[in-house]
Amino acid sequence: MSAVYWILGIPFAGMLYQAWRGDAPQAGRLNTRLCGLVFLASLVLAATVLRQGTIELADLQFRVDAFNVYLIVLTAFVGTTTAMFSAPYMANEREHGRVNAARMRLYHAMYQGFMLTMYLVLTTNNLGLMWVAMEGATLATVLLVSLYRSPESIEAAWKYFILCGVGIAQALFGTVLLYFAAGQVEGMGEYGLQWSVLHAHAAELNPTVMSIAFVFLLVGYGTKIGLVPLHNWLPDAHSEGPTPMSAILSGLLLNDALYAVVRSKMLVDGSLQSQLAGHLMMGFGLLSFLVAALFLHRQRDIKRLFSYSSIEHMGIMTFAFGLGGPLATFAALMHMTVHSLTKSAIFVTVGHAAQITRTQRIEHIRGLLRTQPMVGWGLVLGVVAIAGMPPFGVFTSEFLVLTATMQEFPWLTPLLLLGIAIAFAGLFRHLHPMAYGPRPAGQAPVQANLWPVMAHLGIVLWLGLAIPGVLADWFSQATRLIAGSAPL
Amino acid sequence: MPVPAYSVYEQAILFIAALVVFTSFLMLGQKRLSGMIHLFAAQGALLAATTALAAYALPYPHLYVSALIIVTLKVILIPAMLHRLIVRLDMHRDAEPLYLYGYVMMAAAALVMFSYYVVEPIEHLSTLATRNAMAVSLAVVLLGMLLMITRRQVVTHVIGFMAIENGLFFAAVASTQGMPMVVELGIAFDVLVAAVIFGVFFFHIRSSIDSLDVDRLNRLSEVEP
Repeated sequence: MSAVYWILGIPFAGMLYQAWRGDAPQAGRLNTRLCGLVFLASLVLAATVLRQGTIELADLQFRVDAFNVYLIVLTAFVGTTTAMFSAPYMANEREHGRVNAARMRLYHAMYQGFMLTMYLVLTTNNLGLMWVAMEGATLATVLLVSLYRSPESIEAAWKYFILCGVGIAQALFGTVLLYFAAGQVEGMGEYGLQWSVLHAHAAELNPTVMSIAFVFLLVGYGTKIGLVPLHNWLPDAHSEGPTPMSAILSGLLLNDALYAVVRSKMLVDGSLQSQLAGHLMMGFGLLSFLVAALFLHRQRDIKRLFSYSSIEHMGIMTFAFGLGGPLATFAALMHMTVHSLTKSAIFVTVGHAAQITRTQRIEHIRGLLRTQPMVGWGLVLGVVAIAGMPPFGVFTSEFLVLTATMQEFPWLTPLLLLGIAIAFAGLFRHLHPMAYGPRPAGQAPVQANLWPVMAHLGIVLWLGLAIPGVLADWFSQATRLIAGSAPL
Repeated sequence: MPVPAYSVYEQAILFIAALVVFTSFLMLGQKRLSGMIHLFAAQGALLAATTALAAYALPYPHLYVSALIIVTLKVILIPAMLHRLIVRLDMHRDAEPLYLYGYVMMAAAALVMFSYYVVEPIEHLSTLATRNAMAVSLAVVLLGMLLMITRRQVVTHVIGFMAIENGLFFAAVASTQGMPMVVELGIAFDVLVAAVIFGVFFFHIRSSIDSLDVDRLNRLSEVEP
């Protein structure tokens, strides 16, 4: 049996079981183990794809190629490490009476449910199912955003639900238009939503319909990526939900939404023979990047701060995929990896910091390095990495994006540099007082599991110093698939 | 302009399409929540009629299944659920004030024209009936958004949201003879789960702000005092 079925089956079984016994003391550990099993299955899948090339299953319903297999491994990895962090974190929340048994069941079941929808988005070849899974991800997470039932969290969840629901409805309209375009081509019939079939016939699809479809798909999935001006839900949902949720929303959901947009772009490029899709993505990406960088300065809530940083980085990636050349695509793929590793590590440390100080207000978080050096250093290193300082991997990928921009659109480079500088200042002005300074009275260390943070930052550092051969080869294969030629 | 010869099927589709947009306009003008829910059910019934018609005329037997799904979900289940909720929340007699009624109607008319403008380039692709249906479904989507923008009541927002889904269903049925079965089932499942979660939210919002007016959901803002 193919590893794909294991990857989808384990979280599904896990979801059902956790809905029943998710409040047991060992439920957190079980959550981690389930995610770990999927991670092993994803490694097996990756090895198979590396050896045999693209896999297609179940009458073309599933398709795993170089592009999505690396995202599957990344998703499984971040899911596992976040589950490791989540177990003691949620136990602590329950001790403090912020959640009860029923909500623990909900939390654990929906954690697995969310992972299931993410794997389905990534593995399916059917664009309709991809939409269904993407909407499923909203449904799985919306009740988690309001887990604490505070007025703020309910407001955030409602906003998230309505904005993402309406936004993603646009993507369904785009998908219908795609199917309509496929219906005009002879012999597509039943397979008119299968991405691989559409891609093979891309040149025959009607360009007008495809360009209208792309606008709807970009707006729809762009809402989920958090592109400005559709980003309003993102800081609220990230700041009000439990922290492990913020880590997987930022690290996984945004990436997968971008994945859906890139898949659509590949179809539209084949049909249009023009740069329309790329230019739209560049525009939205650049706007998100600059606006989010400016908003970093105004934040007072630590989780809102880092969710704006996520919008900023998603902007860079969207921009780079829009640029389109092999170098930019390679950079965007790498940026997806390093961003989701770094950002989930940051949210893990932020979660610990918030438990130490019992607040999320930046002005009340002080002296972390003196209180609990591991948490403090985790935060400092994470922010150094996410701000794009060498020798971390974010620097490498941002540098590649800048290089690609200089080759194709030199006049956009100053804007990018300006944005990076603004974001850097925005992050550090908040970080400095939080990490340094004396320890406030009555502040004590908490039980923390910082292995996920160290593992993530270690990998990001490694990617910044030298990209291992296997991974570079992988990125090159994916780049060849998306951009048509290899970068190196 | 000479009237082209339509088949009976095409005429019927065009007629129902007009009725679907009409229900959207009625929703924009409806003050009472219970009336709103009835309109939503009526729109669902029209949708099911289109689907059954397409299944009969083309013939695509699998569309009968879709029609059945629509009837159970959008004509019976969701309206009944919403109705029960507003009775339990004691809101079934509430009327909502309509702001800038005339302007909203003008904007709605403009949105319908805009949808025709958007699908205009698809002209020489397919029959006139398909193109009309596309424009109508886009219009229903946009009118659903307008409904959500102009109202303050959480229940109305949910109906606007579901009306948007109706528009998408209509597009899928009228232009492409329905999506593949597995996708349609998936979408129906999502809609059902969404409806249940909406129901849960009514109570949460009610208990947290003591009303269902979205204007009072204003704790989270970018610029803090």
